[in-house]
Amino acid sequence: MNEALSVHRLHFAFTVTFHYIFPQLTMGLALLLVYLKTKALRTGDEHWNRAARFWARIFGINFALGVVTGIPMEFQFGTNWAVFSKTAGGVIGQTLAMEGVFSFFLESSFLGLFLFGEKKLGRIGHWWAAFFVWLGSWLSGFFIVATDAWMQHPVGYRLGPNGEIELASFWGLLLNKWALWQYVHTMLGAVQTGCFVMAAVGAFYLLTSRHEAYGRTFVRSGVLVGVVAAVLQLFPSGDAQGKMIAQNQPTTLAAMEGLFSTQDGAPLAILGQPDVKKRMLDNPLVVPNMLSFLTYRKWKANVRGLEAFPENEWPDQIALLYFSYHVMVGLGTIFIAVLVVAAFMLWMGKLYKSRWMLWVLMLSVPLPYIANTAGWMTAELGRQPWLIYGLMRTAQGVSPRVGAGNAWFTLIGFMGMYSVLAMLWLLLVYREIEQGPGPDDEESREIVGVAVAAD
Amino acid sequence: MGTIWFCLVALMIAIYVLLDGFDLGAGAIHLLVAKTDTERRQVLASIGPVWDGNEVWLLAAGGTLYFAFPALYASGFSGFYLPLMMVLWLLILRGSSIEFRNHIKSAVWRPLWDFLFSASSLLLAVFLGAALANVVRGVPLDSSGYFFEPLWTDFRLGEETGILDWYTILVGVLTLLALMMHGALWVQLKTRGPVNERARNFCWRVWWGVVALTAIVTGASFQVQPQIKENFVTWPFGIVLPLLAVTGLAGVAVELGKRAERRAFFASCLYLVGMLTSVVFGVYPMVLPARNPLYSLTVDGAKAGAYGLKVGIIWWSAGMILAAGYFTFVYRSFAGKVEVDPDSNGHD
Repeated sequence: MNEALSVHRLHFAFTVTFHYIFPQLTMGLALLLVYLKTKALRTGDEHWNRAARFWARIFGINFALGVVTGIPMEFQFGTNWAVFSKTAGGVIGQTLAMEGVFSFFLESSFLGLFLFGEKKLGRIGHWWAAFFVWLGSWLSGFFIVATDAWMQHPVGYRLGPNGEIELASFWGLLLNKWALWQYVHTMLGAVQTGCFVMAAVGAFYLLTSRHEAYGRTFVRSGVLVGVVAAVLQLFPSGDAQGKMIAQNQPTTLAAMEGLFSTQDGAPLAILGQPDVKKRMLDNPLVVPNMLSFLTYRKWKANVRGLEAFPENEWPDQIALLYFSYHVMVGLGTIFIAVLVVAAFMLWMGKLYKSRWMLWVLMLSVPLPYIANTAGWMTAELGRQPWLIYGLMRTAQGVSPRVGAGNAWFTLIGFMGMYSVLAMLWLLLVYREIEQGPGPDDEESREIVGVAVAAD
Repeated sequence: MGTIWFCLVALMIAIYVLLDGFDLGAGAIHLLVAKTDTERRQVLASIGPVWDGNEVWLLAAGGTLYFAFPALYASGFSGFYLPLMMVLWLLILRGSSIEFRNHIKSAVWRPLWDFLFSASSLLLAVFLGAALANVVRGVPLDSSGYFFEPLWTDFRLGEETGILDWYTILVGVLTLLALMMHGALWVQLKTRGPVNERARNFCWRVWWGVVALTAIVTGASFQVQPQIKENFVTWPFGIVLPLLAVTGLAGVAVELGKRAERRAFFASCLYLVGMLTSVVFGVYPMVLPARNPLYSLTVDGAKAGAYGLKVGIIWWSAGMILAAGYFTFVYRSFAGKVEVDPDSNGHD
């Protein structure tokens, strides 16, 4: 692989991975904020409003970072992947432009009102502001997933006279079956990040005996919403996603599972390191026949291994792909276990007193971030060597005139800048958690946009 | 259909310049018109609830450009690789500065973010102006349809141009002054007291610079890009566009003299729209002129497939009606002068 191509790939991978730290939390929290505001509206209890205000502050910091790190993503299609953009822009430009026109305007308008306009808007108006922020962020997620889904499974297009890919069916693009399942999977992942963060902050308060009423609210809300999301993530979402990959990207499936040879009754690898040269797994720990069953619902079904496909169609990072997938699935399984136990203890009325379970919830906070990142790595590494599956290879899509030197220059720039942002993010979020949702904090709140409230 | 989309993208860019222009300008003059923490919070409060929405016009315009003219997006963005990456860094710095500033009250924290906010706003104005000037001047496109420009070469207008040469720097400086004026008029409109006074005085001083540079840049542009003269000869009615700009600029001085704050701001809008539409009119039907005219990208050469453009008109119109609704609502809720409580520490 030539150097410029590797740097351009790393450039996109690094910036998008860092970016997605923020939207996965804000999309999940947006839903939880609507939940808290609904509770406030229904019960008329100020407790829920204070809880919502606390999370709105954390939401605000993460949202701002999501915005500033998101802008580079839209630019990089053109700057680093010019041939891809020129060829496919008529299709994926549609969904990207729709994201700007339908979700960014909505989000940016109502976020200001949600964060600064509670007094002015009144109870019901403020609920609607929360609702529109949720709607905007989830629409935004849809347009991005639809864009990626089209690259995974191109539909609704035709080839133009000069090899460019033109849109042939608008609804085909938006209602791509792949997009719908991938969207469900992505959003459930985001909800789990939101829930684990909320439950972890709650557990932290309970373990340190501060803000305990809020601690209980956060733990309960996080666990109850989280357990539903975690179970749905496995079935039907993950199951459907897996079958779609088996049908449409069989090479990817074989690489994800570390399956080199074609066999009847293929095993499911739980552990083991792929050795691509020898075409085998080292020290494998497998469940016999399981992969055949999960994929085709038959114990002895035939599953094609990597050897069934030409080597130039194999993903180029088989080991990394295999581990990404296994980390995602492994963590997803752990989430179900943790949340089901926590929900059961909640039902028995023992959760708030159980220090070990609160410790588990608190320390789990990085895990959903890792799982979501590993999931996206599975999708994107799994699509290789294709940029648009079956239509355009990654090596063909890169900007022809931007050399490795200039790409390294900007990648290093982003790395430096994002390191600083990461430190500021941790500092500011920790300060908010330290300060907590104290009962007397609804006064003395004055931000840049105070005029909305004072007006 | 291509020409319709050419006009729609130009419209979105014009809206972007009018809206984000005033908050970039307010940022560029931030340290000049606001000295104390309370005064600085006044300037920030004047753009607080709207700057993010204003910036969305850049993203929406970029996205629209992407799907309507994929070849232009690909060629332009990869050719302007370095300046665009720097624009991204500046946008990140600027957005973070506005967001982070009020979180901690400290004599090292706030002045640092104030400085970064102002410096990044100032540089963004120069970069955006220089980018526009690159489009007017033409870029070293060849038969492949791609090009790459280093940041600078020898600062001349030869075949091997850089992003920065004497012409693009000149336009960058004009853009900075024009947006500073625009921003000062906005700050004047939204504030009271010393900030209001300083913004007003600043406007007077920068106005002369804008007048002088507008004259120089106009003359230079006719030399640099021959297509402009050709278009004004072919379609003489186009002269109304530069006249709009002149009217706007005169209007700023007149209304400023009468202390009509709102009208002065709208006069500045008129000036910016006049300048931008003149440029767009001057380079049409090219969307990206080449130094060698043979390889220029035109509307027809860069546009996407007919079906996509047709479908786009439908959802784009619907989306714009919604966006206009949100913006009206937000700017209405935010009408009038901002009030900042000097006793509050401004922590959120």
